[in-house]
Amino acid sequence: MKADPAGVLTGVHYLDGDFACGEGAMAAGCRFVAGYPITPSTEVVERISRRFPMMGGTFIQMEDELASMAAVVGAAWTGTKSMTVTSGPGFSLMMENIGLGAMMETPCVVVNVQRGGPSTGLPTMAGQADMMQARWGSHGDYEPIALSPRSPQEAFDFTIDAFNLAEQYRVPVFVMMDECVGHMTEKVVIPPAEEIEIVPRKLTEKPPGEYLPYQNNGNKVPEFARAGDGYRFHTTGLTHDERGYPEMSEECQEKNVSRLLEKIRGSADKITRFVENETDGADVVVLSYGITARVARMGIDLARKKGVKVGEIRLEVVWPFPEKRIRELSKKVKAFVVPEINYGQMVLEVERCAAGRAGAILVPHAGGGVHDPESISSAILGAVK
Amino acid sequence: MSRTEIRVTGYGGQGVVLCAYIIGRANAVNAGNHSTMIQSFGPEARGSACSATLALSDEEILYPYIRRPDIFVAMSAEGYDKHRDELKPKGTLVYEKDLVPARLKKGQRSFGIPSTRIAEGLGRSLVQNIVMLGFFAAVSGLIPRDEVRKAVEDSVPTGTEELNLKAFDAGWSYFEEHYGAGAEGDAVAAATVVSPVA
Repeated sequence: MKADPAGVLTGVHYLDGDFACGEGAMAAGCRFVAGYPITPSTEVVERISRRFPMMGGTFIQMEDELASMAAVVGAAWTGTKSMTVTSGPGFSLMMENIGLGAMMETPCVVVNVQRGGPSTGLPTMAGQADMMQARWGSHGDYEPIALSPRSPQEAFDFTIDAFNLAEQYRVPVFVMMDECVGHMTEKVVIPPAEEIEIVPRKLTEKPPGEYLPYQNNGNKVPEFARAGDGYRFHTTGLTHDERGYPEMSEECQEKNVSRLLEKIRGSADKITRFVENETDGADVVVLSYGITARVARMGIDLARKKGVKVGEIRLEVVWPFPEKRIRELSKKVKAFVVPEINYGQMVLEVERCAAGRAGAILVPHAGGGVHDPESISSAILGAVK
Repeated sequence: MSRTEIRVTGYGGQGVVLCAYIIGRANAVNAGNHSTMIQSFGPEARGSACSATLALSDEEILYPYIRRPDIFVAMSAEGYDKHRDELKPKGTLVYEKDLVPARLKKGQRSFGIPSTRIAEGLGRSLVQNIVMLGFFAAVSGLIPRDEVRKAVEDSVPTGTEELNLKAFDAGWSYFEEHYGAGAEGDAVAAATVVSPVA
């Protein structure tokens, strides 16, 4: 289905990443945002709260992040596309209800404009140290989806993708931005509404009485019935059967959790997305994401000038991680070089998939800025020595 | 256009960010190049030093921050003092003549304008930043005049377009009248230190 023109600000703009993310949400059909504004994500909700009245959207400034995430989960159950926006400290507080969203299979989007941490850290400066929190932050087994834009244009594009993925798989989807992208202003092209593909909520066509809210429909993703549509059902964070009723048994837990995992794992090939350049015959492959991907390219160019065969993998979807491709490449390359604005997170995934067949070299950065391209090129040169 | 780095500084309330925004927009949206603008997100408040940086290029911009600016636009003394040593040895200084006691250096071209007084003459001191923008556009010659004018029109609040375009033209004309194309800028005194403030 095509985007609702009311939310699409077609044209060529000069926007920061936060504004572009907000425009992406509105273009995707988001009409409910609850949040507790926090630097460096505040501009997302500033933009949305200013423009929402024109398209019938609702923004609520909540009392805290726990309530924000709870409101988003609740709103999603009315059928409204819903989102919250935060940064590290707020992301921590949202984890409980993110888990609830995952267990209840609630399509929604959580934007995290990452800043330096831990704790309140560096409010106005860049970080990428919440990547594993996005993967494992809430307790129990679940499989998240996360994207990481490297520019305001991608902040717009990937936010639309996030809403579409949330609808397709009925999970909370994360947009893992960072302060640098959030606060950088660049050209953003917003296409006409008829060129924006939107995935609508898959509502059940079964009559009340036949509908089972947590029934596996072949693709492991249940059909949806909106609160108020006349269906009697129950939804809960407790382990539940196909009716949504709590059932405390090993068998039900197995059925419930394995479907939650399998709906993502079984489609991982369709969900993972990355850009791959010149990996054929490469000795080293640089894997990066978000803002770091831009600086990594400079490091790659510097190393290529010194004669090293360097390939590039730039993750667009960071979770699920492209395990299969990294395993394949690990049989051919000497090492992966992984620059990230943290002290080693996605590099652990690379190391796991390389399984000793190729090195996994971290180029760390504690946060507050981006890498010097030279630090990346010297890691590449060191890897081929 | 090879990569050009610019820093715009002034005090909070002077329209530093809007000035930088319009430069970036003119170059990226209207002139079809690339520009990345980053505004400082410190504890800036009205009255204290504030700045924004720009990287302009005809190629994709990978590194978003600037290292040493090629052009330094200073609208206040505090901002000037904070960042003046970053300017490249052969860089260009563009400054508010009445507010910035510039220490001109050999090798750097320097261009001063009383942009606040000019804006006051137009009836609104608020448009000082756009006077400075017009002056900057003329000094740098980086982006065609019409593209910058269009960016002004598209960026200022509705209803103020005419006044802002007047301000832009006033800044541009000041350059033509006091310097002109190919000008080397203000003369540097033997001691290399000159206070333009009379």
